[in-house]
Amino acid sequence: MAAIIDRAAPSEAGAQPKSATLTSVIETSGLTKHFRVGGLFAPRFLHAADDIDLSIAQRQIVALVGESGSGKSTVARLLALIYRPTRGEVRFKGRPLSSLRARRDVLDYRGRVPMVFQDPYSSLNPVYRVSHGIMRALKLHRPDLRPGDRRAEAERVLESVGLTPPGRFLAKYPHELSGGQRQRIGFAQALASSPELILADEPVSMLDVSVRIGVLNLMAQLRAERGISILYITHDIASARYVADRLLVMYAGHVVESGPSEDVLAHPKHPYTQLLLSAVPDPRAPVSSMPSADVGEPPRVVDPGEGCRFRGRCPYAIELCSQVTPRLRELRPDHTAACHVATADQAG
Amino acid sequence: MISVKPLLEVEDLTVEYATDAGPVRAVDHVSLDLTPGEFVGIVGESGCGKSTLLFAIARLLSPSCDVVGGSVRLHGRDLLGMDEEALREIRWRDYSVVMQSAMNALNPVLTVGAQLEDTIAAHESMPARSAQERSASLLRLVGIDPLHLKSYPHQLSGGMRQRAMIAMALIFTPDLVIMDEPTSALDVVAQRSLMLEIKELQRQIGFAALFVTHDMSLVSHFSDRLAVMYAGQIVELGDTRELFRDPKHPYTSALMASFPSITGPKEVLQGIPGSPPDLLHPPAGCRFHPRCPLVEPRFRIEEPPLTTVGNTLVRCHRYGRDH
Ligand SMILES: Nc1ncnc2c1ncn2[C@@H]1O[C@H](COP(=O)(O)OP(=O)(O)OP(=O)(O)O)[C@@H](O)[C@H]1O
Ligand SMILES: Nc1ncnc2c1ncn2[C@@H]1O[C@H](COP(=O)(O)OP(=O)(O)OP(=O)(O)O)[C@@H](O)[C@H]1O
Ligand code: SF4
Ligand SMILES: [Mg+2]
Ligand SMILES: [Mg+2]
Repeated sequence: MAAIIDRAAPSEAGAQPKSATLTSVIETSGLTKHFRVGGLFAPRFLHAADDIDLSIAQRQIVALVGESGSGKSTVARLLALIYRPTRGEVRFKGRPLSSLRARRDVLDYRGRVPMVFQDPYSSLNPVYRVSHGIMRALKLHRPDLRPGDRRAEAERVLESVGLTPPGRFLAKYPHELSGGQRQRIGFAQALASSPELILADEPVSMLDVSVRIGVLNLMAQLRAERGISILYITHDIASARYVADRLLVMYAGHVVESGPSEDVLAHPKHPYTQLLLSAVPDPRAPVSSMPSADVGEPPRVVDPGEGCRFRGRCPYAIELCSQVTPRLRELRPDHTAACHVATADQAG
Repeated sequence: MISVKPLLEVEDLTVEYATDAGPVRAVDHVSLDLTPGEFVGIVGESGCGKSTLLFAIARLLSPSCDVVGGSVRLHGRDLLGMDEEALREIRWRDYSVVMQSAMNALNPVLTVGAQLEDTIAAHESMPARSAQERSASLLRLVGIDPLHLKSYPHQLSGGMRQRAMIAMALIFTPDLVIMDEPTSALDVVAQRSLMLEIKELQRQIGFAALFVTHDMSLVSHFSDRLAVMYAGQIVELGDTRELFRDPKHPYTSALMASFPSITGPKEVLQGIPGSPPDLLHPPAGCRFHPRCPLVEPRFRIEEPPLTTVGNTLVRCHRYGRDH
């Protein structure tokens, strides 16, 4: 039974004190990724991520939420060195990723910053048993483990994501696993390297609520006990609130809001964030209380030009919005939003 | 109660995977009916057999998997005995399927547009131009810019690929749409408008839907009835609102207590203690007994039957005749 225990909520347990200057693990400046689309002679550019400045501190869980297609996976893939940026830079503990050229450096980086992919059906190699990926990660990234101890460690990792009996799961092929089981194998592989920052792209989307809580609690525990940082991409805003220190909201390739999760949820400043939060249905509420769908066109991300990308759906849009792209401004302590109309709170 | 002739009748369905260690029974004597136009949701722990149940109904089981008992009828016709040719005839038109692997289900070397048009062409003769228009309007319906008709699957985001598969399933407005986690990659705004579109379509043409989801809000707002599965069996089946208001099976109650909220004080949730059952060696008696807070000695030995309590079916000894 889901007991409710009276102690600090996971997003607070082991989190860094708010006032301390935080050492960042990863930082991006002006990170941008454009994809070329359309014909050979009339190339157009899809702006998947534009001018992203984000920073994840040690021992911090940052949730990245936003519209489907807004560029969340693109950001994670840029951080994971899967895509090279069109512009901008990523620094891992101060060192620019563009300087990682040697294969060994890249491999080492991937061990410290593993990625859990969004689609567990395409990210596990179908010809290998589960043991292969996990043992390989242990071999490459855990020099401290003696070869004889690897198997026990692999079992421990599987057990931590609720795959029991672990011995049986190690021997399985991906096609013998359910969707949620595959998803947890992806997370287990990330744990098996020696992560400092885990890039987790929708790691719990296929897990039922009770198993999901287990993985979220595991994330909180990794942070508290091993100081691991996590970029947690999710559509489940309640779960973001549950584990994350900070919340980043993306819309059409831009970060439109950023701040401490509780503050963003309580005082959403950007109209898209407001729309998003108003759409989070309460499962316990009756059907009739569900707000009606918003109308409006999907944002233009191919050659979008200047202006706020939310303006086509925004009830507050003014003329300026179609001329100038709004920049992130601090509207509450440590809480920024990119909107011309949103106002800062009065002091006090 | 007025009885409507069911559209889909699943009776006593039992499905097993053959493995080196022995048979894994992923679906165990499941019975479930859907009336025309009805939305039925299925929830349950990861690995409890939900996808296997849908695969068996849709005749998409992998070769290592067999239906060892029971029957499935659509419009009164036996689906399990149907040959491939007859199946091809009715798949997409009478029923369609969105699989859990939908994000990975599109052909990587064809554009989204080509795949939609091919599917249309395979079942209906229609000028190329109208097929294109039909495809574009389907993409719009699921909130994707028709510009992506020219995109390859890897150029779409996870949620966009998932929506493309939903568009595919709606092409021929079948009587039954089977969906496995159809919105697991969608944000709440997109999910809500997509589900409202689906509901609206349903109101216009009246198809039924059987869907698996882990999203409790999706269930609570869009399913008429809800089936809760545990270790291959249905443990509770009834009106969705009734199940939320008064969950009867201890597993259902535990599920209802496991999701965090975006309002109110923050609490630590513990999920359901203990490990999920090993389907190779399921526990004797009630399958939930090793994790059940209300267990009594007899429950460890005797398997509880499905019992009717009001309008709900429950598989729990506490509702048995002699309790
Ligand atoms: N390899 C690629 N080539 C071309 N376009 C791409 C590529 N990858 C992503 N895109 C485009 O970039 C945009 C952002 O995609 P991304 O996968 O980052 O979105 P997302 O926020 O992760 O969405 P979801 O929540 O649906 O997974 C989309 O419009 C998508 O079509
Ligand atoms: N080919 C196979 N061989 C052996 N066992 C299998 C095979 N496919 C699935 N299984 C097992 O059967 C059980 C049921 O799998 P199924 O995919 O139906 O679960 P599910 O309820 O859909 O879970 P999820 O919510 O995680 O997708 C799982 O425990 C899985 O490990
Ligand atoms: S900048 Fe303008 S269009 Fe954009 S969110 Fe703010 S008010 Fe709306
Ligand atoms: Mg994504
Ligand atoms: Mg499944």
